[in-house]
Amino acid sequence: MSWDWSFVVSILPDLLQGFRLTLLVTLLGAALAAVLGLGFALMRRSRHAWLARGTGFMLDAIRGTPLLVQLYFIFYVLPDIGIRLPALAAGVIGLGLHYATYAAEVYRGGIENVPRGQWEAARATNLTMRQTWVHVILPQAVPPMIPALANYLVAMFKETPLLSAITVLELMNQAKIVANTSYRYIEPMTLVGVIFLAVSLVSVVILRWLEARFGRRFRT
Amino acid sequence: MIDWQGYIGLILDGAAVTAELTVMGAALAVVAAFAAGLGRVSRYWPLRALATVYIEFFRGTSIFVQLFWVYFVLPFAGITLQPLQAGVLALGLNVGAYAAEVVRGAILAVPRDQIEACVALNLTRGQRMRNVILPQALPLMLPTFGNNAIELLKGTAVVSLISLKDMTFQAQVVRAQTGSTLIPFATILVLYFLFASLIGWAMRRLERRVTRGLDGVRA
Repeated sequence: MSWDWSFVVSILPDLLQGFRLTLLVTLLGAALAAVLGLGFALMRRSRHAWLARGTGFMLDAIRGTPLLVQLYFIFYVLPDIGIRLPALAAGVIGLGLHYATYAAEVYRGGIENVPRGQWEAARATNLTMRQTWVHVILPQAVPPMIPALANYLVAMFKETPLLSAITVLELMNQAKIVANTSYRYIEPMTLVGVIFLAVSLVSVVILRWLEARFGRRFRT
Repeated sequence: MIDWQGYIGLILDGAAVTAELTVMGAALAVVAAFAAGLGRVSRYWPLRALATVYIEFFRGTSIFVQLFWVYFVLPFAGITLQPLQAGVLALGLNVGAYAAEVVRGAILAVPRDQIEACVALNLTRGQRMRNVILPQALPLMLPTFGNNAIELLKGTAVVSLISLKDMTFQAQVVRAQTGSTLIPFATILVLYFLFASLIGWAMRRLERRVTRGLDGVRA
C-alpha cells in the first residue's frame, strides 16, 4: 500500500477538527494545572508537618503512576460513587491534575531558589508579608519558572492522545476513526505524527527563546 | 460471589508483563541514550546531525503516536512486529531520546580543565572519554535517569492500547468481566506506585555506589 495524496486531502478536515479539540484540551488542562499546582506547592510548604508530608506523598503517588490509568480511574470509577463526568471534562481534570504535580515542583523550586538573604532583607526593612511576596520574592521567583512551565505545557500537549482512550474526539481519535473506516493506517497515523512534530519543533524554538529571555537572569 | 483470587492473579500476570517491558525498554533506552548522546558531542557532523534528528523526532511526537505508528504503519513497509516487540522498540527509543540529552548535558558539564589535563597527558580521545569524562559524568546522569525510568514505567501503560496484556490491559479485562471499577484500577495504581518507588530506591542506591570513590573530586 502506498501513500495517497488525494486521501490525505480528504481526511484533513476531520483531523484538523480533532486538532482544535487537542489544543482546547491542552489549554484547559494547562490552566487547571497552573492553579492546582500553586495550591499543591503552598500545601507542600505548609507549616503543619502532616499536611506538608501528606501532600508530598500524594504528589509522588500521582507522579509515579501512569496518566492513562488515572484517566481510566476518573472516567470509570468516579461514576460509581455518583460523579458522572463527560469524557472531555474527565480528560481535562486528569491531564490538569497530573501536570499540576509537576507544576507544583516548579513553583517550589522557583520559590526556594530565591536566596535567604532576600527574605532577611525584607524582614530587616520592615516589609509586610504581602509586600515581601509581591515586591521581593515573586519578581525573582517567577521568571526562572517560565521556561520550565512552558516545557511542561509542551509535554502536556504531547500527552493529549491518551484522551482518545476515554473517547475524547481529539486528533488521535479522529485519526483512528478515519483509519478504521477506510482501512488505511499509513496516512492518518503519519499525519498525526507530522502535526505533533511540527507543533513540537515550533515550540522548541519558542522554548529556546524563553530560556534565553528568562532562564538564568536571577540565578547566581 | 466474584472470584477475586483469579482476578488478582490476572492483574499480577499483567504486572509481570509491565515489569518485563520496563526492564527491556530501559535496556534499549540506555543503549540508545549513550549512542545518541555521544553522537551529539561527536566531532563528525553527520553523526551529530543523525543524533539530533533522532532526538528531536522522538521527543517531538508522543510515545502514543510512535507506538501506533510502529504497530500499524510499519507492517505496510513489510515489518510486522509482535505487540511486545513494538512496545519495547517504541518505549526504548522514546525514553532513549530524552536520556540522550541527559548524557550530552552531563558530558558537557565535566569541567574543561579535565579535558585539558587529558590533552596534556597525551591520552587518546577514546581513553579520555572512557577513563576521565564518563566516570565523572555518570553520577550527574543518574538522578535524571531515575526520573526517565519512572517515565518509562508510566509509558508502558500505553501499550495496553495495542492489546498487549500488561497491567492496565488486565485491569480493563477485570472491569469488563466483573463490572467492578474501583478494585482493579485502585490495585494497579498502587502497584504502579510501588514499582515507581522501587525504581527510585534502586537509583538512589546505584548513585551512592558510583559516587563512592569520587568524594572530594566532585564539587
